[in-house]
Amino acid sequence: MPSTPAISFKNVAKTFSSARGAVKALDDVSFDIEPGEFFGLLGPNGAGKTTLISILAGLARASSGQVLVHGHDVVTDYAAARRALGIVPQELVFDPFFSVREALRIQGGYFGIRHNDAWIDELLANLGLADKADANMRQLSGGMKRRVLVAQALVHKPPVIVLDEPTAGVDVELRQTLWQFVARLNKEGHTVLLTTHYLEEAEALCSRLAMLKQGKVVALDRTSALLAGTASTMLRFKMDAKLPASLAAQSRVTGRIVQITAHDAVEVEAVLATLRNAGCVPEDLEIGRADLEDVFLEIMQGAHA
Amino acid sequence: MTGIAVLAGARTLLYKEVLRFWKVSFQTVAAPVLTAILYLLIFGHVLEEHVKVYGAVGYTSFLIPGLVMMSVLQNAFANSSSSLIQSKITGNLVFVLVTPLSHWAWFVAYVGASIVRGVVVGFGVFIVTVWFAPFQVAQPGWVLLFGVMGAAMMGALGLIAGLWAEKFDQIAAFQNFIIMPMTFLSGVFYSVGSLPPFWKAVSHLNPFFYMIDGFRHGFFGVSDVSPWTGLVVVGTSLAVVCALCLHLLKTGYKIRH
Repeated sequence: MPSTPAISFKNVAKTFSSARGAVKALDDVSFDIEPGEFFGLLGPNGAGKTTLISILAGLARASSGQVLVHGHDVVTDYAAARRALGIVPQELVFDPFFSVREALRIQGGYFGIRHNDAWIDELLANLGLADKADANMRQLSGGMKRRVLVAQALVHKPPVIVLDEPTAGVDVELRQTLWQFVARLNKEGHTVLLTTHYLEEAEALCSRLAMLKQGKVVALDRTSALLAGTASTMLRFKMDAKLPASLAAQSRVTGRIVQITAHDAVEVEAVLATLRNAGCVPEDLEIGRADLEDVFLEIMQGAHA
Repeated sequence: MTGIAVLAGARTLLYKEVLRFWKVSFQTVAAPVLTAILYLLIFGHVLEEHVKVYGAVGYTSFLIPGLVMMSVLQNAFANSSSSLIQSKITGNLVFVLVTPLSHWAWFVAYVGASIVRGVVVGFGVFIVTVWFAPFQVAQPGWVLLFGVMGAAMMGALGLIAGLWAEKFDQIAAFQNFIIMPMTFLSGVFYSVGSLPPFWKAVSHLNPFFYMIDGFRHGFFGVSDVSPWTGLVVVGTSLAVVCALCLHLLKTGYKIRH
């Protein structure tokens, strides 16, 4: 018998009213996230990632469709659904009236949990906040506030953790601390849903990915399958001359740096032949494996609006 | 979620709301008490020798319960409205929105904290003003009943204003153009019985008048209208405001998009 998905999106649509008329933020989004998965939700700005997470968290309501958390509908059975969720919001928000420990005790209290100091101390230690427990939230740096947001999301020990752009604008040390901690929680059985703009993070951490574009799911697969199923080779070189027109469609140019995707050795040879015939001289030529960024760009360029 | 956990959640939100105003009590408690003393000193000094109310009650004695109730009402409104608008604008309302707390829990916590602040400020005003004139509390039951009902109604109104407003400016407008005039024109500083018939009739349309009149009845045993009439008007108004507030919370008006 199949297990109940940790998160299930069923035909979710969301339309916002604006001065310019109705704007479709999500269009028939459907996929499941299994218990224990480390799942990545990717997409460019405005693709609908945060809207989807807001509907999951109860911050927004779907225009149609259904969202379930461990089988609990986020609208009709919201209390059970929210108890199973720990949300790390994208915005760096805090309550200036309280210390870190007060904020965590209060957050746990909302979930009916009291006398939770042993777990709070463990969270503070794991997130490098032990010496900030009695500091007022206003006194913390941006990175420290971000850590407190993570602690607040975990204070009621939810089986499902949702991180919406948790490393946006934070330093390398915090990223490492955060990912080590979240990876450990995932190994202990927590389901993790992550949205991020750092595709190398998604590639390293997420076992499965969904990509959204203009409110639609345009890719949904295991990370390894997405990497294998698309152009798996990347030519990188520097060049001053203009790229031949026949290569422009499959290339990405950043200043002097040119990256061209190819599926196999035959395609690599064809690209090199085209360059040679056009009289182009590539410098510092490298041939490597395509990474998630390449896959992402290829899918986004290929997906229809 | 068990019943005990639900209660613990609501109690935590109530505790947080009380702690929030208590941490800035100089601004939320001491300042309104000082304002009430200034009103008493100025109006009491000017009018004490010239005005008698209900036949034999001195003006300062008459003014004190009015000032206490006005402080209760204004501070109860300020508590829920300012807390909610601050949380909305700074974004930290998300911490409450993602919890399993029901609309009932929100209502009980925000209105409960407003009652606590209203009663604390009202008690503070009473303690520092009671020494300025001979005083009695003839029927403390009415004092308590109208005090708590008035604070609850203003707490619920503050919650509605906080949900509706999208910026501090709108809350200030609600407070300055609706709450303040209705409080000042409800008989805090004068007996409505002394007004010309037209303005007397207008005052009787203001539910705040019944709150202050009923509250004052508890001190002197006399009032402009029967406290039972006041109880019906205030009770009905409170029920309507609470029903609207609960509806807005349940539908997530302007907080769940």
